[in-house]
Amino acid sequence: MAENPKNLRYTKDHEWARRDGGGVVVGVTAHAQEALGDVVYVELPKVGDAVTAGSPFGVVESTKAVSELFAPISGKVTKVNTALADEPSTINTDPYGAGWIIELAPSDPSQLDGLMDADGYNELLAKTAT
Amino acid sequence: MARQTPLNRVHRALGARMVDFAGWDMPVQYAGVVAEHEAVRTAGGLFDVSHMGEIEFRGDGALESANALITNDLGRAADGQAVYAGLLNHQGGFVDDVVAYRFSPEHILFCVNASNREKDFAWMSENTPRVKPVNRSDDFAQLAIQGPKAASILQTLTDLPLERIGTYRFREGTVAGVPCIVSRTGYTGEDGFELYCPPERAEHLWNALLEAGRPVGLVPAGLGARDTLRTEMKYALYGNDIDDAHTPLEAGLGWIVKWDKGEFVGRPALAAQKSAGVQRKLVGFEMREPGIPRHGYAIGKPGQPVGEVTSGTQGPTVKKAIGIGYVPAALAAEGTPLEIDIRGRAVRAEVVKTPFKR
Repeated sequence: MAENPKNLRYTKDHEWARRDGGGVVVGVTAHAQEALGDVVYVELPKVGDAVTAGSPFGVVESTKAVSELFAPISGKVTKVNTALADEPSTINTDPYGAGWIIELAPSDPSQLDGLMDADGYNELLAKTAT
Repeated sequence: MARQTPLNRVHRALGARMVDFAGWDMPVQYAGVVAEHEAVRTAGGLFDVSHMGEIEFRGDGALESANALITNDLGRAADGQAVYAGLLNHQGGFVDDVVAYRFSPEHILFCVNASNREKDFAWMSENTPRVKPVNRSDDFAQLAIQGPKAASILQTLTDLPLERIGTYRFREGTVAGVPCIVSRTGYTGEDGFELYCPPERAEHLWNALLEAGRPVGLVPAGLGARDTLRTEMKYALYGNDIDDAHTPLEAGLGWIVKWDKGEFVGRPALAAQKSAGVQRKLVGFEMREPGIPRHGYAIGKPGQPVGEVTSGTQGPTVKKAIGIGYVPAALAAEGTPLEIDIRGRAVRAEVVKTPFKR
């Protein structure tokens, strides 16, 4: 499995968040895409929508299952990765790069500090591995 | 603890992701659902379906006893022929959908769904007029090799003349030295075979097939691909598309009901439904807006359901979001616009001709 980048923050719901200038880019982790299987559909918010930390902001679907996406932090959606509509499998092939999902203007940037770093997330994965 | 097929260890060694299916610990995928689906459509896939059950009728009157339980007609089949049939309750609903193998008038073998093994056996035992069935589910493992290259791969391992085994025909023989029932049947919409063998030989058979087929693209395939493949064909899945409360006439399976065969369990209820008119029908539909229909979603505007989605997925071959569901008969014609309630949103769909995959 791909290594979880050191420069990202992670949630227990297997999303990642990356500071990018004043914004925060959000996606799902390599572990999440692996667990989902082939992603065949994404349902995303619109630019301007408000999202709340810990609440669903969208949906990813594999051939078999529907899974909600949870916002790592609160804020307003400033960008949506519209390329995923045509190529949702990018989430599988490049979860930390071209498979990014949304960008947020954080309402409180310090919320990022409350998320796990890569070491913490790796520990979580190790604990939940069967 | 979920039950295991004789191939459990093999699946784990192949890196399969395992899930509980009808109380069985089964591989849902190995490399990935879409890759496995495409391999079956273009080359071949090897499935472990040992969780399926087998129920046998043997002796004088076996055919009559078995035939009195099902909608299709074993009397019209030849020895060495299999028929797809409904096993119905007295209301005309499906106890199960089954494949019945006619070895001879004195020997009939049913292949039944994993989830229904015990229920079917009890129902058959109660309702058979003469010959009592034997539950032989633990005596067989079952492998399915499916895809355009299935026959040529299988032929390298058997002396049986496969070109002389037609669709829904079967023979007994050896494959890779393993005694098998070799049946030209499947659940994918591709040519292929289902092999019934002794459980203790299943691993040898699996490995031999995979080794023979790998160079031409055969891959192990899981329940995930099995589901997308059968959905593209609108093949019914028991528990999703058909169940105790739905009849073959409602499910679009009128062709498995042979009215001229005489009495069978459920016939009076079915005949009454036929003369009164079928009120709801199982249709296939394609989404006309983004969204994927799923089992259990309502058909109709949110809050005003007119029907229910029974199966749905993104079809890897048809490359569309497709669904199967019950709608009132008035909405069952091809071209009828539908709305699917996807998480509270009315998403447009349209009834289409099936199978989805042509």
